[in-house]
Amino acid sequence: MNARAKLLDWARTRPGESVKAAQERRLSKAWETPKGWRYWSAVNNTEVGLWYTICAFVFFLFAGVLALIMRAQLAVPDNDLVTADQYNQIFTLHGSVMMFLFGVPSFEAFSILVLPQMLGARDLPFPRLSAFGFWCFLIGGVFVCGSLFFGIAPKGGWFMYPPLTTEYQDGYGADIWLLGLSFIEIASIAAAVELIVGALKTRPPGMRINLMPLYAWYVLVVAGMILFAFPPLIAGDLLFEMQRAFDWPFFDPDRGGDPLLWQHLFWIFGHPEVYIIFLPAIALVATMIPTFAGRPLVGYSWVVLAAVGTGFISFGLWVHHMYATGLPNVSLGFFSAASVSVAIPTGVQIFCFIATMLVGRATTNVPLLYVSGAFAVFVLGGLTGVMVALVPFDLQVHDTYFIVAHLHYVLVGGVVFPILGAIHYFFPLVNGKSLSPRLGTIAFWLAFVGFNLAFWPMHISGLRGMPRRVFTYEAGMGLELLNMISTIGAFTLAAGLAVFLWDVVRPKSRQPLSPRNPWNAGTIEWAAKIPPEPWGARTIPAVSSRYPLWDQENFLDDYDHGRFYLPDAEEVKRETIITTVIDAVPIQCLRVPGPTWLTLIAAAGAGGLFVLATFKLYVLALLCGAIGFATILIWLWTGTALEPEKEEKDIGLGVTVPLYASGPASVGWWAMFITMIGDATAFAGLVFGYYFFWTVHPQFPPAGADGPGTFWPLVSLGLLALAWAATLAARGLIRREHRGGGIAALALGALSTIAGVAALAAGPWLTGMDPTVHAYEATVWVLVLWTGIHGAIGLVMQLYCIARAAAGRLTARRDIDIANVALYWHFMLATIAVTVATIAGFPLLS
Amino acid sequence: MDERSDPIRNEDAPDELQARRETMFMIPAAPAIWAAHFLASYVTAAIWCAKIAGRDGSLEGARWLLAGYTGVALVAIAMIGVRGFRHHSYGDATAPHDFDTAADRHRFLGFSTFLLAALSFVAVIFVAMVVVFTETCR
Repeated sequence: MNARAKLLDWARTRPGESVKAAQERRLSKAWETPKGWRYWSAVNNTEVGLWYTICAFVFFLFAGVLALIMRAQLAVPDNDLVTADQYNQIFTLHGSVMMFLFGVPSFEAFSILVLPQMLGARDLPFPRLSAFGFWCFLIGGVFVCGSLFFGIAPKGGWFMYPPLTTEYQDGYGADIWLLGLSFIEIASIAAAVELIVGALKTRPPGMRINLMPLYAWYVLVVAGMILFAFPPLIAGDLLFEMQRAFDWPFFDPDRGGDPLLWQHLFWIFGHPEVYIIFLPAIALVATMIPTFAGRPLVGYSWVVLAAVGTGFISFGLWVHHMYATGLPNVSLGFFSAASVSVAIPTGVQIFCFIATMLVGRATTNVPLLYVSGAFAVFVLGGLTGVMVALVPFDLQVHDTYFIVAHLHYVLVGGVVFPILGAIHYFFPLVNGKSLSPRLGTIAFWLAFVGFNLAFWPMHISGLRGMPRRVFTYEAGMGLELLNMISTIGAFTLAAGLAVFLWDVVRPKSRQPLSPRNPWNAGTIEWAAKIPPEPWGARTIPAVSSRYPLWDQENFLDDYDHGRFYLPDAEEVKRETIITTVIDAVPIQCLRVPGPTWLTLIAAAGAGGLFVLATFKLYVLALLCGAIGFATILIWLWTGTALEPEKEEKDIGLGVTVPLYASGPASVGWWAMFITMIGDATAFAGLVFGYYFFWTVHPQFPPAGADGPGTFWPLVSLGLLALAWAATLAARGLIRREHRGGGIAALALGALSTIAGVAALAAGPWLTGMDPTVHAYEATVWVLVLWTGIHGAIGLVMQLYCIARAAAGRLTARRDIDIANVALYWHFMLATIAVTVATIAGFPLLS
Repeated sequence: MDERSDPIRNEDAPDELQARRETMFMIPAAPAIWAAHFLASYVTAAIWCAKIAGRDGSLEGARWLLAGYTGVALVAIAMIGVRGFRHHSYGDATAPHDFDTAADRHRFLGFSTFLLAALSFVAVIFVAMVVVFTETCR
């Protein structure tokens, strides 16, 4: 028996009730939810996750209503319920909202809500970042959806292809799409950073990597995918908005641009996006199936293989949305091969689930009904997916209703049904009351039958040649009956969702509370009491199994009596445990921040920047941006890198860990590293643009074009390298307690940064490069702009560190700030090096 | 309950496994090679057809390049797979590696690495088959 087990045995002999009551009193005080109107300043995962989930679901219903309008319009030929223009806005918003405001956010929302509970943590490491992301999401989502009521919604399809959206569509629609959704994408990336660090660093002691719940594996994979998939779209959005707002011709073939560049950047995002939406729903299935089978999941390692494998291969599929664009057949072949190989891991996980059901003793209930329905529907969608992965077949059905049928079978089967099942499953954990099995069964069958009735006929209407995105069709082409059936099915599906919604919102005050762990699940989130307490985990458990509630003796009693780690909040502060990545050994007791309005104000400021810029109100937009920026600085200054009142803390079971950590041992360093990976990916998207233009033009840079030369770019590289070296030197000096030297080095770094950015702009400026003349000039300028903005951010960081050091908040032992800033500058150095090599070096070669 | 029910078992693995620092990076290594091979193949073919052979030209030279990439990728993935399998074969922790011990964790990491190497190996062959059957840039 090891030391921890002995201590646990000893703790069991102690009289517990009075100690327990006192501990719970202190925990309640530390984790108290703000009352009254202050409720909206909450940042705890249980509040933010809930708001986030509800909002995503409301957007889902909104987009669902749009779908019903479309089906009503298409019920009969030559219908005039809506005009062509209204129809365009409706289908564009339907797709965009389902993808950006429901698909991805519902995963992040739900993970923020339940991941800490699955890991037995009190909260994720950056609660305020989650809250900031939520408010950004809400503002951006309301902005994009609201545009429909003013008749100015985007109408170029959810992928906004130029030249349609650059040449033929006036008005604000495309700008609303670009800026509104870019804003939400930033929030999505923020949540992804939070979730990756959460899954890797806030696992309970003992939960080694091989014991991590599969849900957490999927969270890791999906958040990692977001990090590589969203940034290319942000880069694309930047190019697109520069073209729309300032006439930089990235996608205009008359001036050397190419609309295909947008398609590449969009689908490098857009295809992984499908898996970003699908994998979390499969994660929910992987969470529910063991519970209902009453046994551990069969093939844990195989499911990890499936999640990781799908995560990678899904990035090699993007061109299968572009088979009809005239790329060489050999290129299409590569993507066809990858599209077929992704079916292997997808199949593996489905077989693992079926095997678990077969060897377990499955009980019948509503969540399992949804899971079974999901399998049936998704497998059909997967099979048509293999069909359209093949180029010759795809060329026949491209842009027809066959594709509409395929993608809805994949997404409704693979996402909506598992999510509905999961809402039914987790409802008692969040609300304390159960949903009705009777209403749930009715809702499921209506939805399942309605769905198949709506979408199965679309395969046929597609094969008969009905194109997507048309607002009406003529009689006599064999489409009337199929479309009428689809419309009846769509309304039946809607009736099912209405029953589901009623079950969720109906008053439940007379209904008794659900029993604790009502499904007899084995994972830690079900250790929570019902109704749930604001502190989340009563104590952070010592874990020695994948299903502690099934396998660990006396687990609930130990949990309720706080015999594991951190059962108390002696200093009445919010705390959780940080552990190592592989073996989950406790290394830090992290103080997490409490309620604040700063996140809401910062989101409102950033939202104002994006919303007002859409309407070209640049002065007001910048003013809002400045408010947001100042708020973020106040947030950083007052709420991060806090000085603890003591060095170490006893977290129970004989373990004492530090309260402060910096560099790779700290969560902030990891968050910076992960964020910069995403940032570097966006930059790679821009650089890709440059070399893409080189491949499509016979000569690039075009003959006669003045480049930025080599002198100023090299000067800039030298100065920014100096800024990097000075920042690193400052880190060394501050760690050796030379505060004055550190400040001087940072001041030198700041001056070199300013000079370096100016020198970078001087190259294209002095040679008179006009970004509106040709895609070449525009691409050089956009790289300079990107690098310059990053230099400005680096400058702010240097100045911030000077202020922190001067205020005595940045010292040799309290060096989080400078450690993170030095990490940023490594990425900054790589950015300037690539920019200079591209804009100054590449023209010398070609 | 069987031996699963022992609440806390921790220090019962061979000492060298306890002490060994392991990383997660073996798990994504093989699929990362798949990604690199995929990207290199795509970029090579794109540049070949756009800049060297022309849109109606022969793929001949590019096919040899891709054969080279494929050879390198398959050997590298196979090495990772063998290493994963060796990890997996080491120690006597029982499948399905669901205990809180260093040996279980060790075997799990090895097995996952091996499985991903197998998937990546097949996926690289899928991609390479394209140039077996495609002779021109058309």
